[in-house]
Amino acid sequence: MTETLGLTAERCVELLDAREVSCRELVTAYLDRIQAADGGIHAFLRTRREAALAEADGFDRDGRTGLQGVPIALKDILCTKGEETTAGSRILEGHIPIYDGGCVTRVKAAGLVALGKTNMDEFAMGSSTENSAFGVTHNPWDTERVPGGSSGGSAAAVAAGFAPLSLGTDTGGSIRQPAALCGVVGMKPTYGAVSRYGLIAFASSLDQIGPFALTVRDAALLMQVICGKDPCDSTSVDLPEPIEVPSAGSMRGVRLGVPSDLLAQGVEPGVREAFDASLAAAEGLGAEIVETALPHAGYALPAYYLIAPAEASANLSRFDGVRYGLRLAEPGDTVGDMYGRTRAAGFGPEVKRRIMLGTYALSAGYYDAYYGMAQKVRTRIREDFAAAFADVDLVVSPTSPTVAFRIGERVDDPWAMYASDVLTVPVNLAGLPGISIPCGTSEGLPVGFQMVGPAFSENRILRAAHALESAIGFDPRPPATVVRA
Amino acid sequence: MAISSDDVLHVARLARLRLTDDEVTRMTEQLSTIIGHVEQLSSLDLQGVEPTAHALDLTNRVRADAARPSWPRDEVLRNAPDPADGGFRVPPTA
Amino acid sequence: MSVDGWEAVIGLEIHVQLNTDSKMFCACANVFGAEPNTLTCPVCLGYPGALPTINGGAVDKAIQIGLALDCEIAGRCQFHRKNYFYPDSPKAYQISQYDQPICTRGHLDVDGGRIGITRAHLEEDAAKLVHAGGSGGRIAGAESSVVDFNRCGTPLVEIVTEPDLRSPEQAVAFLGLLKNTLQTIGVSDCDMEKGSLRCDANVSVRRAGEMGLGTKTELKNMNSFKFLGEGMAAEIRRQIDLLEAGGEVRQETLHYDPQARALHARRSKEEADDYRYFPEPDLVPLEPSADTVRRLRDAMPELPAARIARFRETYGLSEQDATDLNAAPEIADYFEAVAGASGDGKAASDWVRNQPGAVGTIPAEGLAGVVKLITAGTITATIGKQVYALLESDPSADPAALVEEHGLASIGDSSELEGMVAEVLAQNPQFVEQFRAGKEGVINALVGQVMKQTRGRADARQVQQLLRDRMQ
Ligand SMILES: [Mg+2]
Ligand SMILES: [Zn+2]
Repeated sequence: MTETLGLTAERCVELLDAREVSCRELVTAYLDRIQAADGGIHAFLRTRREAALAEADGFDRDGRTGLQGVPIALKDILCTKGEETTAGSRILEGHIPIYDGGCVTRVKAAGLVALGKTNMDEFAMGSSTENSAFGVTHNPWDTERVPGGSSGGSAAAVAAGFAPLSLGTDTGGSIRQPAALCGVVGMKPTYGAVSRYGLIAFASSLDQIGPFALTVRDAALLMQVICGKDPCDSTSVDLPEPIEVPSAGSMRGVRLGVPSDLLAQGVEPGVREAFDASLAAAEGLGAEIVETALPHAGYALPAYYLIAPAEASANLSRFDGVRYGLRLAEPGDTVGDMYGRTRAAGFGPEVKRRIMLGTYALSAGYYDAYYGMAQKVRTRIREDFAAAFADVDLVVSPTSPTVAFRIGERVDDPWAMYASDVLTVPVNLAGLPGISIPCGTSEGLPVGFQMVGPAFSENRILRAAHALESAIGFDPRPPATVVRA
Repeated sequence: MAISSDDVLHVARLARLRLTDDEVTRMTEQLSTIIGHVEQLSSLDLQGVEPTAHALDLTNRVRADAARPSWPRDEVLRNAPDPADGGFRVPPTA
Repeated sequence: MSVDGWEAVIGLEIHVQLNTDSKMFCACANVFGAEPNTLTCPVCLGYPGALPTINGGAVDKAIQIGLALDCEIAGRCQFHRKNYFYPDSPKAYQISQYDQPICTRGHLDVDGGRIGITRAHLEEDAAKLVHAGGSGGRIAGAESSVVDFNRCGTPLVEIVTEPDLRSPEQAVAFLGLLKNTLQTIGVSDCDMEKGSLRCDANVSVRRAGEMGLGTKTELKNMNSFKFLGEGMAAEIRRQIDLLEAGGEVRQETLHYDPQARALHARRSKEEADDYRYFPEPDLVPLEPSADTVRRLRDAMPELPAARIARFRETYGLSEQDATDLNAAPEIADYFEAVAGASGDGKAASDWVRNQPGAVGTIPAEGLAGVVKLITAGTITATIGKQVYALLESDPSADPAALVEEHGLASIGDSSELEGMVAEVLAQNPQFVEQFRAGKEGVINALVGQVMKQTRGRADARQVQQLLRDRMQ
C-alpha cells in the first residue's frame, strides 16, 4: 500500500506515469488513510469514495496524462454541483448546489480527483476552524491545538497525508495562516487571478481561492490549473504570464524587504527565531535583506474588521429560508418572523457577531466613520506596498505571530482571535499575492514564512519560495505518534 | 464609542437576527470592545484620500446581451424549503 | 394646478423595464409571461456563490435614455448594493446605483415647461409575489405568498425628476411624452399593464406663490395614466383639505386602490429605510467611452419633442395637432407616410387624428390615395369618408379603383351636374322667385335637393355657386 504521508503531487504523477500505482490504488490509499486517521483530525466533512473511485477507474481504463488522477481535497465553501456544500454552516446543512463553481470546473477539467469536502470556520469567519457548525478540526502536529483557519480542514488534510493537494480560500489569511500552523505550503493568488464564481462569499472584495500543497512546486502545479479569467466573475483576470513551475535554486539579486512596522505587531520569540534563521538561509542563497516600511500596517487589522464584516453582512443576507437552506417557521409567523428564527438558529456566534458588526458599520450615520474610513485606510495600505515594491522584490515576514494555539484558548476573546491575522490581512486589503512556506519549528510546532509580491508577481514569489524551501529542507510530516494511520 | 443594548437591538432588527437576552448582553460587550479597537483608525489623517473599493483597477467588464437557456424548474425548486405551485412559498408578508 | 390659492408640487420616479434579450446581471431570457420560475438561474435566484455580470446591452440602452433626456453621461459610474429584506429580493440587496449614477441632470420639455431630470440609473427588477389565501389575493390577510423569480433581474432604468411638475395633468402629459420618447428610441415597450413602465409620485402642496416645499407623500401603485392622474388629484385634494382644516401632512407612503379610487397608507416600516448602500464589490466601475456615447448619439432617431416642432414647421400644424400625432411613434410614422405619399400634410393630419383606427390597419398609401383623390377634386370630402369605409373592409384596395367601381367620382364640372341644377330649378319655381325677390336663404333648400341627387358627389359650395349663377 502506498504511503501517502509526505507524498507530493509530483511524486503521485511519477508513480502514475510509471504505472507503479493505478489511479484506483492511489485514490484508495488516500481514502483509506482518511478513514483510518481522520477521526482524530476531522479535516473532512464528507468524502466521496464511490464518485472518486469511479473517476479513478475512468483514468485507469482510458489512460491519463498530466495531473489526471491526482487526488485533491476541496474546502466546503466551493460549490460542487449535486454534492452537498455547507460553508461550515448549519444554515446550509444538506444544501445541494445546482452548479459547479469556476474553480471547481477547472479542477475537474484538469482531471484532479476530489476526495471530499474539508472542514472550515463557518462562512470562512475564523482563524482556528473552531467556528465550524460541524465540529473542530485538530492540528495534525498536535491534536490539542488548532490547525488555524478558516481553511483549517484543507491545511490539515495536506499535512496529515489525506490529500497531496487541496484548495482553500483566503480573505484575511485563511490559506496562509493555517498553512503556517500545519507546516504546509499555502498560496493566496493576486485578487482576481482565480474565479470566485461558486465560492460562497464572505467578503467579496477580499476573497481569493488558492492552493495548499507539500511543496512550492506542487502549489505551482495547482496554480496552473486554477488561475485565469472567468466570464462569470467580473473581477477575474488572466495573469500577464502563465504560471511556471519553479526550479531555480538561487536567490541571487532578490531583494527581500523586512517590514519593521509589521514585525512590531507582537511576534513571539520562537517564531521570530525561525524567521530570522530563514532570512539567513535566503542570504546564503544570494538574497539581499533590507528593512522596508509599511507605515499603515498597524491599521490593517481594524480596517479589515470593518470592511470584511460589512461585505459579509450583505453577502449573508441571502440566507433567509426562502429558496434553499434552513427554514424555521411556526404557524402564524410572518415572513419577518421566519427570517429572524431561521437566521438565529442557522448562524453560529462568530457569524452573528460579524453580521452585527458589519451591519452597524454600514448603518445610517456610521458609514463615513467606519466603512468609508476603512476604505481610505485601504488606499494607504496599497500605497505603502507600492512604495515598498519600488525598492524591494518581495516583502517577507512570519505568516502568523504565533505557532498553533490550543483549542479553546481564544474563543472567548474575539479580538485576540482576530489578531492571529495581523500579518496576513494587509496583503488582502492590497489585493496582493502571498505565500506561506514552512520554515522550521518552535516548540515542536511549524512556523510559516510569508513572502508577498506586487500584483501578478506569482512567478517571482514561487521562484523565491522554491529556492528558499529547498535551502530550509523542512520535513512536512507531522510527528509519527499523532497521525500514523 | 460604547454600544448600547438598544443599538444592538436596532442593528439586530436591520440584520433580521433574533437574539436572546443573553446574546444581546454578550453582543453589546463584544461589539463595544471591537469597535473600541477599530476606532484607532480615527487617529489617522485621511483628508483627501480616495477610498479603495476594489484592489484592482478594472473597468468596463460587460457581457454581450444574449440569452441562454435557464435552469430547469425542477432543479431550482429542489432545494426549496416549501415549494408550491411552481414557486417558492413563504409565510405572509404582513 | 392652483386650487383655492394652493399649488401642487410633483416629482416623479419612473421605473422602465428595458427590452433587452437577457437580464441585467445574468443571461436568463428577459421575457414576460412565461411559466413561473422557468427563467431563473443561480445568479437571479441569489444562490450561494453566484456572481452578477453586467449586461452591456442594458448599459447602452441606459445611455440612450440619458441622451434622449439631455442628461450628462457619467465618465465613471458604479453599482451599489441596496440592502433590504423581502422575499422578492433573493440576495436581500438590490444591485442599483447610488451616488454615481450613469445619467444625471437632464430635462424633458412638456407643454412649454421644462421638467428637470435629476438622474437616471440602472438597477435590477425584483421578483413577483403571488399572494394566496386571504381575501381576493391581496396582501392584506394573505395566508402565504408564492415567489416567481422570472421577473427578478430584469434590467430597469429608474428615472427621477425634479419636483417641477405643477398639476396631475402636466404630470400625465410628461409621462406620455417620456413614454413616447422611450418607445421612439426603442429601449422599452413601456406597457404599463405589463408593468414595464411604473410610476411613483412625490406629491406636496403649498400656498400659491410660496417657494418652500411642503411635506410630501409618496404615491405608489398607479399602474395606468388614468390612475396616475386620479391618484395625484385625490392626494392633492386630501392634502389641501387637511391643511385648511389646520392639520399637518405626514410623510408616508400611500398606495392607490383603483377600485375604491382611494389612497391607503402602507404600514410604516419598523426600520425606516436604512438601505446601507455600499459599492458592489462583485462588479467593477463602468467608464463609458466618448466613442461609445458618440456612437449611441449618432444612432439616435428623431425624438418626439423635435418631431413635434418639425411637424409644426413642415406641415403647418398646430401645437395641439402635432402633439396628438406624437402620442406614439407608430402614429407619427404613419402620419408622415400618409403626408409624404399624399403631398398634403394638413389633410393627412386631419385624417390620421380623426381615424385613429387607420394606424396599423390601412396601408399609408391607401389613406394617402383617399387624400389625393379629394385634393385633386376627383371625389368630395363626403365621398372620401365613404371610400375610407370601403377601405376598412378591404384595406389593400386601391382607392381610385373603388371610386371607379362604385361610381363615386365627383361631378363638379360635368354636364351631369348642370342638368341636375337645371332640373331642380325647373321643379322649384317658387324658390327661384323668392330668391330673386331677395330672400337668399332659400338657396340652401335648393342646394340640399341637388346634393341629394348627386349622392354627395358634388361640392356643396360649387352647387350653390351654380344655382346662384343660374338664378341671377
Ligand atoms: Mg429603484
Ligand atoms: Zn438568471
